[in-house]
Amino acid sequence: MQAVDLSHEDIHTYLARHQRKELLRFLTCGSVDDGKSTLIGRLLHDTKMIYEDQLAAVKRDSEKVGTTGAGEIDLALLTDGLRAEREQGITIDVAYRYFSTDRRKFIIADTPGHEQYTRNMATGASTCQLAIILIDARHGVQTQTRRHSFIVSLLGIRHVVVAINKMDLVGFSQEVFERIKDDYTGFVAKLGLPDITFIPMSALKGDNVASRSDAMPWFSGPPLLDHLETVHIASDHNLTDLRFPVQFVIRPNLDFRGFAGTVASGILRKGDEVTVLPSGKRSKVKSIVTQDGELEEAFAPQAVTVTLTDEVDVSRGDMLVHPDNLPHISSQIEAMVVWMAEQSLVPGRTYTLKQTTRQVTAEVAAFRHGVEVNTLEQRPVARLELNEVGHVQLSLTQPLVCDPYRTNPATGAFILIDRLTNNTVGAGMILESGGRDAWGAQPAPLLKLRESLITNTEREQRFGHTPVTVLLVGLTGSGKSRIAFALERRLWDEGRAATVLYGQNMRQGLNRDLGFTADDRSENLRRSAEVAKLMNDAGLIAIAAFVAPHEAVREKAKQVIGTDRVIEVFCTAPMDVLRSRDQSGAYHLADQGKIAQMPGVTATFEEPKSPDLVLQTDQINVDESVNRIIQMMKEKGQLR
Amino acid sequence: MSSSRYNLTHLKVLEAESIHIIREVAAEFERPVMLYSIGKDSAVMLHLAQKAFYPGRLPFPLLHVDTTWKFRAMIEFRDRFCREQGLDLKIWTNPEGKAQNINPFDHGSKKHTDIMKTVALKQALNHYQFDAAFGGARRDEEKSRAKERVYSFRDNLHQWDPKNQRPELWNLFNGKVNKGESIRAFPLSNWTELDVWQYIHLESIPIVPLYFADVRPVVERDGTLIMVDDDRMRLRPGEQPMMKRVRFRTLGCYPLTGAVESNATTLPEIIEEMLLAKNSERQGRMIDHDETGSMEQKKREGYF
Ligand SMILES: Nc1nc2c(ncn2[C@@H]2O[C@H](COP(=O)(O)OP(=O)(O)O)[C@@H](O)[C@H]2O)c(=O)[nH]1
Repeated sequence: MQAVDLSHEDIHTYLARHQRKELLRFLTCGSVDDGKSTLIGRLLHDTKMIYEDQLAAVKRDSEKVGTTGAGEIDLALLTDGLRAEREQGITIDVAYRYFSTDRRKFIIADTPGHEQYTRNMATGASTCQLAIILIDARHGVQTQTRRHSFIVSLLGIRHVVVAINKMDLVGFSQEVFERIKDDYTGFVAKLGLPDITFIPMSALKGDNVASRSDAMPWFSGPPLLDHLETVHIASDHNLTDLRFPVQFVIRPNLDFRGFAGTVASGILRKGDEVTVLPSGKRSKVKSIVTQDGELEEAFAPQAVTVTLTDEVDVSRGDMLVHPDNLPHISSQIEAMVVWMAEQSLVPGRTYTLKQTTRQVTAEVAAFRHGVEVNTLEQRPVARLELNEVGHVQLSLTQPLVCDPYRTNPATGAFILIDRLTNNTVGAGMILESGGRDAWGAQPAPLLKLRESLITNTEREQRFGHTPVTVLLVGLTGSGKSRIAFALERRLWDEGRAATVLYGQNMRQGLNRDLGFTADDRSENLRRSAEVAKLMNDAGLIAIAAFVAPHEAVREKAKQVIGTDRVIEVFCTAPMDVLRSRDQSGAYHLADQGKIAQMPGVTATFEEPKSPDLVLQTDQINVDESVNRIIQMMKEKGQLR
Repeated sequence: MSSSRYNLTHLKVLEAESIHIIREVAAEFERPVMLYSIGKDSAVMLHLAQKAFYPGRLPFPLLHVDTTWKFRAMIEFRDRFCREQGLDLKIWTNPEGKAQNINPFDHGSKKHTDIMKTVALKQALNHYQFDAAFGGARRDEEKSRAKERVYSFRDNLHQWDPKNQRPELWNLFNGKVNKGESIRAFPLSNWTELDVWQYIHLESIPIVPLYFADVRPVVERDGTLIMVDDDRMRLRPGEQPMMKRVRFRTLGCYPLTGAVESNATTLPEIIEEMLLAKNSERQGRMIDHDETGSMEQKKREGYF
């Protein structure tokens, strides 16, 4: 700051300009001696952030302890508040530094030390939009370069600058630069980093840092500072998926009930329909309140207070979303975890998991694999040690309302807290609900289907029926289960071989790993359809009773079984009848928000478009329902 | 420059981040308090807190640790502002220190600050059993603060253990403490001095008039201008108060706070002076000069 030049404009113009700056947060990563401190010192110095008294102190110290030789200022000393600590063996982590130019304010997350590197880097990277990866031009791409790049991609940083430093020590050679660039491009391809910029520089001498280098006329790109000032970050924010985690309920008087929070992503508008998750309650945005006046809309990362038109129950940890754009709700998540504690991550131990404003208890259900940070190799693991990274499956005591980190870092990130020490021990990034959607999955190659030696005709002759699947669908309380078991009894009594596939029974065995999210319901039905198919293949009549709320999923199930082998029966009754029949209390619990995504209450139920039979179960009894099904099967020639 | 309509300026981003932190602490702790030092950073922090809970009131009280040696203008400002805004202000002075008449003249700045500020603060925190205390400190203030957490963990003696700080990722703060332990929360961590001044200007936040230049009685002592704020000021032989146009860049106990000569009477003028300044802010704060690395030391002992 020793020489901000105000001679060309007055202070008011200056202020007006500086009030419109953007903020860019970036991370510097490099191995020891790549020149990271020198680069940061250079940026601070060249943007006039250093006061004369500070600079004088550094000049003095340069002569005493500097590494730069006579006459040259060791700019690394400007940021070396931490070097002393390193010597004292104190945990070194992230140091934050600030500078600004006319266009942007910058926050540097500086992560020194390499023992705790993974942990520190992940911490620093978590808030950054850009990463500078330093490479010493003399040494080229190193193991550490790979590690840095992996962590950068793991934490979802979209903009990377590869700073090829110490170009003065390789004669400012274009060839060296191009070779390192090719090397880097080669290995980084699989990380899928979307925006990579290479800049040859000398942090020590200032070439291509704040100003273009005369020594490297062959380089036509902008110097680092220009790039930092102009790199396009506006579109990094997710403006599509509204996620508003409620932080605090403001209730100054009986007439005002405001839900305060930070918009995590998307745009919230006055008048919008919103769904409160996990309860699934609906309401409308009445107003978006701030002390500076009401807003028509709010977007990330604005901190606002929302009021709703209805008296719905909303508290801290809930999330407001648009009804047509729902996040995942699951108590089983797949995630990449960076482990940060001496005591290793092991299955069976419970941790507190904090995501958005929600806290749940979590434990590892399975280790999928570990990732070797230096080579990116995957290997089987049974635990995660300090500074290791791995893909795990976590089981939670309550469902999380979340998105994959890749599409929405604000709702896809979590920390794990040790329940005894209270320490933050892990950082997690939720993955796509991987593998859940198995409908379209291809079987492994080289598998052959073997035909049974018994033909379908032989089976039909023995059992006296065509093996079909009676698919009974309908909401809880619609009577489908009672009809299913009565039908099974009737068929049995008539000498047929039939069996019920009952949703709740399936969930206690084959499907015990599934919950009640749309994804899990879908998978529940897929597996059941596969079982029905096996039974039909064996010649049995399968009676399947499922809520199966989605038409598309039912269609897929029919295709698995064989469309011509399925009889779709829709069991239905008015809602008040359904509720009055419900013995398990599911509707009541759903009303209270204790069951998430209950079809007919807080999740949609799509009525079958063209069922083979509709049973209005408030008008006919179970026997009559069974009669009608049997009659239809006879008409179709399925029962002889 | 921000062009798109869905792009916030850096000050708006900082504001939102601070509000998020303040709400998070208020939601997760049982008995939070906001340390109110009456300075410009406190003014900004308090302003942000009011925004965070608007139209509601602050869900926590303010605490001022009064050493009894603050500038009179600070105390006047404090009382008027808190009354006007209807704020719940707790004032604490170390009773033993007061009984022993601890003062900067007889006991030196270090001992005075230790007893009347550091010890007093701990007494107050224990007395009210606060488990989280907001402070207005910024990371850009000093080299050793650069790595300070937003939630700075303190053991049951209010001590800061550098080896026992938690990693902070994203905006997911870990507010778990055992009984007796506490945190200091720093919502202004990512603000710079320039940000603070710009924000005060932009939001017209009231600040103590001592920040603006005026003619005031001062003496020159050890190369620093000290204001003669009341008749407790002990003049050394030969010292003669003189009227000078001065202002303060930081505020504290008046016998320990250096003034700078200045003509800046408006916020833009203050900012202009700051931009042209050749030396860093803390020079006006005498407690830092007592011994090297003193901030670090103070922090461990429990004063920030
Ligand atoms: N010749 C030359 N030396 C450099 C350059 N950048 C850094 N250095 C030197 O490399 C050494 C390590 O630099 P430093 O910034 O402390 O590295 P760090 O460990 O990554 O922070 C110091 O002696 C620096 O002066 C450069 O661009 N050219």
